[in-house]
Amino acid sequence: MEKIIAGKNITVNEEGYLTDFSQWDEQVGEALAAEANVPLSARHWEILKYLQNEQKNQVALSIRRIGKSGVTDIKEFYQLFPNAPLKTATKIAGIPKPASCI
Amino acid sequence: MKHVVILGAGTAGTMMANHLHHQLKHPDWEITIIDEREEHHYQPGYLFLPFDIYAPEDIIKTIEEFIPKDVKLVKNKINRIKPADNKIELTGGNEIAYDILIIATGAKIAPEETEGMKGAEWQKSVFDFYTFEGSLALRNKLRDWEGGKLVVHITEMPIKCPVAPLEFAFLADSFFKHKHMRDKVEITYVTPLSGAFTKPKATEALEHLLHEKGINIEPDFAIEKVDNERKEIVDYGGKIIPFDLLVTVPTNKGDELMERSGMGDDLNYVPTNKATLQSKDYANIFVLGDASNIPASKAGSVAHFEAEILTDNILRFVHGEPLKEEFDGHANCFIETGNGKALLIDFNYTHEPVEGSFPFPGIGPLRLLKESRMNHMGKLAFRWIYWNVLLKGTHIPFVSATMSEKGKHYA
Ligand SMILES: Cc1cc2nc3c(=O)[nH]c(=O)nc-3n(C[C@H](O)[C@H](O)[C@H](O)COP(=O)(O)OP(=O)(O)OC[C@H]3O[C@@H](n4cnc5c(N)ncnc54)[C@H](O)[C@@H]3O)c2cc1C
Repeated sequence: MEKIIAGKNITVNEEGYLTDFSQWDEQVGEALAAEANVPLSARHWEILKYLQNEQKNQVALSIRRIGKSGVTDIKEFYQLFPNAPLKTATKIAGIPKPASCI
Repeated sequence: MKHVVILGAGTAGTMMANHLHHQLKHPDWEITIIDEREEHHYQPGYLFLPFDIYAPEDIIKTIEEFIPKDVKLVKNKINRIKPADNKIELTGGNEIAYDILIIATGAKIAPEETEGMKGAEWQKSVFDFYTFEGSLALRNKLRDWEGGKLVVHITEMPIKCPVAPLEFAFLADSFFKHKHMRDKVEITYVTPLSGAFTKPKATEALEHLLHEKGINIEPDFAIEKVDNERKEIVDYGGKIIPFDLLVTVPTNKGDELMERSGMGDDLNYVPTNKATLQSKDYANIFVLGDASNIPASKAGSVAHFEAEILTDNILRFVHGEPLKEEFDGHANCFIETGNGKALLIDFNYTHEPVEGSFPFPGIGPLRLLKESRMNHMGKLAFRWIYWNVLLKGTHIPFVSATMSEKGKHYA
């Protein structure tokens, strides 16, 4: 479905995740962060860029991996993106929600 | 003479030994299987042991009785694989050379990954049921536990048999009802997932059951530590859940031998092609069962379907033919729901579990995603099938290794 984010027409899935990363830019990120009540600091941006990079390299994202990434630790990740940090951060970063294994 | 070596004589390794010994015979081929244990455990039985439904003797047999006579069984701990030399190094230093290697070393719990989990309360008020020892200790605890807050908890995914903790919660509900003390027990199901299961239709059905049975659910809980003094589990976001009895499924990991061999991912699972079951790094190494990193359920039924497909692929490999990309992630699991009933789910990489009938489209007799007594009988029969059919590598009639879409109600 289509949604207007930061004044642009963006395609998202039913949970609000972008389906086409090429539509993402920093304004879109800011707008999605505001929607999630997460004011973005420089630290947030470092982590968002890291997540986008991992996604680009097709690395499966998990809380465990982020904890060991050296970019942040799990504690800080939770402080920056409260509640369900991986889900919130991937949404803001414009990348798919990590599939949880079964 | 060429040599096939199988690492691990659990569910998957035993099935492979039984399949392959018919195909790769003396004097051209020799098959060796290595395991450090004496006993083969029916792990699905660990779910029933705490509730005195099964006794230890129902779920333990020797490894030996399931290994064909023409397959050599070596009882030793495996220290590491030296893939560049096509050799296995055993603990003690002996080496075994292979032409083809099959990794089936499974997965096991690693409670030490979580702060405080294996602390002062371990096996006092903090238990696992993913090991025989844990399950037995929990049985003894439940026999005279007087009630309070029971917390059933999953540390992180992936875990073996991902529905087992839910089944534990359902069986606990039924157990305490029968003991006329359900009103003294508050049951909470705590999961790192956003719901009861990973797939939407099954999640809906299972959450409905949790609700019906008065079991609370706490989703999105990423555990940071177990506080042994206060008897609480704490998550990274600061959420706190108190318990009187914590039944947890610790982090699951592949065997450390993968770390020693430099062959595992961050959880010691071996990177594997999800359609052919060949190792991503070495052409003559194949992986099945819980030891691989493929995105399928870690379940005995999955190992069974994989074993049928992998046998064909190993024969193709031997004959220099291209491998078939056939494995579709097919899983088939009974979910015990308590009070003599169970659900059945059948799914694969691309198709989530839905309602319908199984194995005969439109007829059943088993119902998918609906509680029934027949499904419960199926779950209990699974133990007999496991010992007598599955381990021997016999094909189960009417159930194919790849999933059938017939008789299923996809929207
Ligand atoms: C509580 C519980 C309930 C379950 N319920 C179900 C169910 O209802 N249905 C279902 O289909 N599945 C169920 N499962 C899952 C099922 O038991 C496993 O998926 C299956 O056993 C995997 O087989 P495997 O051969 O990969 O591993 P395993 O059967 O665990 O075998 C691995 C073998 O490798 C050996 N090994 C490992 N490392 C070494 C080493 N370094 N040296 C020597 N030997 C080594 C071990 O000793 C072991 O014998 C359940 C599991 C649990 C824990």
